[in-house]
Amino acid sequence: MNKIEQTPLIEVRGLKKYFKKSGKTLHAVDDINLSIMPGTTLGVVGESGCGKSTLGRTILRLIKPTEGQILFEGEDITKVSEAQMRKYRQSMQIIFQDPYSSLNPRKSVAEIIATPLVVNHVCKNKAELRKRVKELMDTVGLADRLYNSYPHELDGGRRQRICIARALAINPKFIVCDEPVSALDVSIQAQILNLLMDLQDNMGLTYMFITHDLSVVKHISTEIMVMYMGNCVEKAPAKELFENPLHPYTKALLSAIPIPDISMRSKKIQPIRGEVASPIDPAPGCRFAPRCDFCRQDCTGSSIPLVEVSEGHFVACRLQEK
Amino acid sequence: MSEKLLDIKNLKVQYKSGNVPVCAVNGIDLSLNKGETLGLVGETGAGKTTTALAILRLLPERTGLIPEGSITFDGQNLLEMSEEDMRTLIRGEKISMIFQDPMTSLNPVMTVGEQIAEAIEYHNSTREGEEKIPVDERVNEVLEMVGIPASRKDEYPHQFSGGMKQRVVIAMALACEPELLIADEPTTALDVTIQAQVLAMMSELRDKLGTAMILITHDLGIVASICDKVAIMYAGKIIEAGSLEDIYVSKEHHPYTVGLFGAIPNLKVETRRLSPIEGLMPDPSELPSGCYFHDRCPHCMEICKHEYPDVYTDGTHSIACHLFTKKGVQEDKDE
Amino acid sequence: MAKLTFKSQKRKENEEFALAYTRGHSMTADIWRRLLRDKSSVVSMGFLCIIFLLAIFANLLFDEALVTAQDYSATNQPPSFEHWFGTDLYGRDIFIRMVFGSRVSLAIGIITMAASMIIGGLLGAIAAYFGGKLDGIIMRVTDMFMAIPETLLALCVVAAMGASAVSLIVAMTVASIPGNCRLVRSTVLGIVDTEYVEAARASGMRNLGIIIKEIIPNSLGPIIVVSTQGIANLMLTASSLSYLGMGIQPPNPEWGAMIAEAREYLRSDPYMCIIPGIVIVLTALSFNLLGDGLRDAMDPRLKD
Repeated sequence: MNKIEQTPLIEVRGLKKYFKKSGKTLHAVDDINLSIMPGTTLGVVGESGCGKSTLGRTILRLIKPTEGQILFEGEDITKVSEAQMRKYRQSMQIIFQDPYSSLNPRKSVAEIIATPLVVNHVCKNKAELRKRVKELMDTVGLADRLYNSYPHELDGGRRQRICIARALAINPKFIVCDEPVSALDVSIQAQILNLLMDLQDNMGLTYMFITHDLSVVKHISTEIMVMYMGNCVEKAPAKELFENPLHPYTKALLSAIPIPDISMRSKKIQPIRGEVASPIDPAPGCRFAPRCDFCRQDCTGSSIPLVEVSEGHFVACRLQEK
Repeated sequence: MSEKLLDIKNLKVQYKSGNVPVCAVNGIDLSLNKGETLGLVGETGAGKTTTALAILRLLPERTGLIPEGSITFDGQNLLEMSEEDMRTLIRGEKISMIFQDPMTSLNPVMTVGEQIAEAIEYHNSTREGEEKIPVDERVNEVLEMVGIPASRKDEYPHQFSGGMKQRVVIAMALACEPELLIADEPTTALDVTIQAQVLAMMSELRDKLGTAMILITHDLGIVASICDKVAIMYAGKIIEAGSLEDIYVSKEHHPYTVGLFGAIPNLKVETRRLSPIEGLMPDPSELPSGCYFHDRCPHCMEICKHEYPDVYTDGTHSIACHLFTKKGVQEDKDE
Repeated sequence: MAKLTFKSQKRKENEEFALAYTRGHSMTADIWRRLLRDKSSVVSMGFLCIIFLLAIFANLLFDEALVTAQDYSATNQPPSFEHWFGTDLYGRDIFIRMVFGSRVSLAIGIITMAASMIIGGLLGAIAAYFGGKLDGIIMRVTDMFMAIPETLLALCVVAAMGASAVSLIVAMTVASIPGNCRLVRSTVLGIVDTEYVEAARASGMRNLGIIIKEIIPNSLGPIIVVSTQGIANLMLTASSLSYLGMGIQPPNPEWGAMIAEAREYLRSDPYMCIIPGIVIVLTALSFNLLGDGLRDAMDPRLKD
C-alpha cells in the first residue's frame, strides 16, 4: 500500500431529509451515501421530485439535514454553527437552473458578481474589487461592456455566465450545478457545458451536476448516480452506466431520450408506464416497483440494499442480487 | 392521398414596438399535406410560435401585423377570412393548438370533464342544422383516447400530474376532430419518461385519426421520432427544409443545421467537448444584412454579407445558403 | 477564421464599453435622470417643493402672530389681494394659517408613515423571512390589532397620552403598523423563495444583509405606492382626530381641522372649505404621482 489514498472532497453518509407536513412525512432524500474526489464530477440524474435538488441544497446546508453526515475535506459540517458554516461556504457554491430567477433584477452585472467578494471581504479596496470582477467576467466570457448592464437586458446564456462568475468569485473548490443548462437553447447549452468543463480543467473544480437529462450529464461526469423517489437506485462510472445500465429505471430513462437519428425510428420503444409518485410515507421495498415490468414478489416488503456488481458499479435491484 | 392541407407563401409577421418593427417572421414558405406531420425546429426567438399564432390569426391585435404573405388552408385564404368565421369555422374546429405549459392552459376552477364538454358544446352551437355530437359520450371517449380513465372526468386540474394535464389538453384539442393540430413544445415541461409516453400517445392518435400536425420543438430527437417532414427556422426564415432523410441522412446541410446537430450531446459518440455555434441569434429588430446567419457562420463568404441566398433545392430538400447556390459556388472558386 | 471574427467583435464591444464608461454611470444619477423624464413626477415635485419651502421658511416670510390674531372687522371675507385665501370666522388670514398648518399636517403625514412603514415593514420582512413560529406570533399580534378599528385604536392612545401633536403621531403610527406589516410580509414572501436569495445565502451573506440588500430593494415597488397614498390618508385621519378634539387643539391651525371648522359656512362662504380642500387634494395627488414615478424610476427593468 504505497499508493496514497486520496480523501474525497465531499463525502455524504446516510443522508436523510424528511419534510413533515400535516402528520405525513415526505422522504425527499432517503439514506444517500456518496463521495466525490477532488477534480471530478458526480452527475445526479432523476426526474422532477426525486430529491436531487434537495440533495444538492442539503449538501451545501442551505437546508438542514434530518439525519446523516456531510464531510467536507474530512470534517463534518452538519454540526457546525451558522457562523462557522459561512467559512465553509467560501469553498462551496451553487449554480441554479433558472438564470432568470437566480439573479436579483435590481442589481447590475458587476454588483451581482461583486456580492460574494464584498460579503467575504476578499478585496481590500474598490479598485481591486473592480479588477477582480472584470477578471471573472473575462473568465466566463462576458464582454466588459456588460459591466453596468442589468440581468433583464441579457439573454439566458449570458445570465447563466453571470451565475457562474458569481459562483467562481471566491475561488470555491466545490460547485453544485443544479440543472444549469436545462432552461437554455441547445446551442447555448453546449457553450455553457464547454465553459464548465474548461473551468474544471483549469481550476481543478469539483462538481456535483444535477440534471434530469442523461445525455447532458454524459460528457461532463466522472461518475453518475441515478435517483428515484429519494433513493439512489444505481451509481456507476459514467461510461459504465451508459454501456451497461442495470436498473430497470436507468434503462427506461436511457431509452426515453429522443435520439436525433432516424435509423432508431424503426425500433419502437415501449415507454415505461405510470408516473412518479411523491415519496410520502413510502412502504419499504423498491420504490420503482409499481412501474417496473420485472417486479417480483420480493421487490416489496423489505428495503433493497445498494450492491456492488462490478468495480464501482452499484445497483439497488433484486434482479442483480446473486 | 397527398392532398395539400396547408400552404403558406411568403409569410411575414412583424410586431410593433416603439419605432422599429420587430421582424419575427421574414417570409417563409411551408406546405403540409393531409395526415402529414411537420417538425418546425428552431431556438428561442426563431419565430416558430409566431408562425403558429399567425396560422390561427391569434397574433396580439394591436401590435401584431402580417404585412405580406398568404396562408391557404383547405383552399381558403385564412388571412382574408373575417374574425367571426375564424372563430366559428377554423379555430378548434379545423385547427387546434396545444401550448407548452399544461399548468396554465387549464382553468383551475372547472373539472376537466366540464372543460372538454365546453369545447364540444361550442362546436355544436356553431354548427346549426348539422348533426350534434353527444357531449357526455364524446367526453368519455376522448379521455379514454388519451389514456385517462373516464371516471376521472369530475376531478379538477390540480388533482392531475403534469403529464396527465397535458393529456387533458390534448383531449380538448382533439375533441372536435380537427384536421390540423399545432403542438407548441408539447413536452418541454415534462419529465423524460413522461415525455416518451405523451409522444408515443400523440403519434398513435395521429395515425388513428389521420390528423395533420405541426410539431414545434427545439429538440431534433423528438422530430426524428415522430415527424415526416422537417423545417428548420433561424431568425424568422426557414433555412433548411426537407424530408427526414434529407435532414438526418443527407450530407448537404446549412451550416446552422450542422451547428445544431453538433451542439447536441451524442450518446453514441465519445467526445469530451461539444461543438456549439458561437454567438447569439440576431435581434429581430436589427437584422443583419445579407444572410442572417453570416456573422456566426464558419463558412462565411463575401457574398453572404450582402445578399440573402436563394433557395437551393434538390428533390424535397431545400437549403437557403450561398454554399449551394450558383452565385456562391462561383465566388468561392474565384477566391 | 471564426475565432478571428469573434476577437474583433470583442474588441468592438470593449470600445463601446469605454464609451459608456466615460459617460459616467451611477445608480442615483440614473434614477434621477429617469425621474426627471417623467412629466407628472416633475410637476408633483415642483408643487411639493413649494409647499415644503413655505412650511420651512414660514417664520421668515410671515408674522407668526397673524396665525391666531383675531380681527373681527374682517371676518368671512372672500379671497382678495390682502387676504389671498380669504379670512375665516374670526377674521384670521386663511393663507397664513394654511402655511403654518402645513408644518403640522405634513409632519404628521410623513413622520407617521415613515415610522409605521419602517417598524411594520421590518416586522413583516422578519416574519416572512424566518417563517415558522416567529411568523405565527407576529401575524397573530397584528391580527389582534387589525380587529380594532384604526381610529378607535388611535383614540385610545391619545386618551392615554393626552392630546398633542406627538401623541397624535404615536397613535396613528401604532394604528397603521399592522396594515404595513401585512403588506410587506406578502410582498417579501414572494421574494424569499427566489434563487437569488438562496445564492446570497450560499455566498455567506448574513440574514440581515440578505433582508436589506436583496429583499427590500425588490419589494420597494408596492411599499412606495402604499406609503405615498398613506401619507395623504394619514393627513385626513389626523384632521378627523383633531375634529374629535383628540389632535391639534384650537386655535393652532391644522389643515384638516381648518376644514372641519369651516364646514358650517359651506353654504354661505364655500371658499373657506374649498381652498384648504383643494390644497389637501393636490398635496395627496402629488405624493401619489411622485410615488408612481419613483417606483418606475427605481426599477431597472423599466429603464429607457
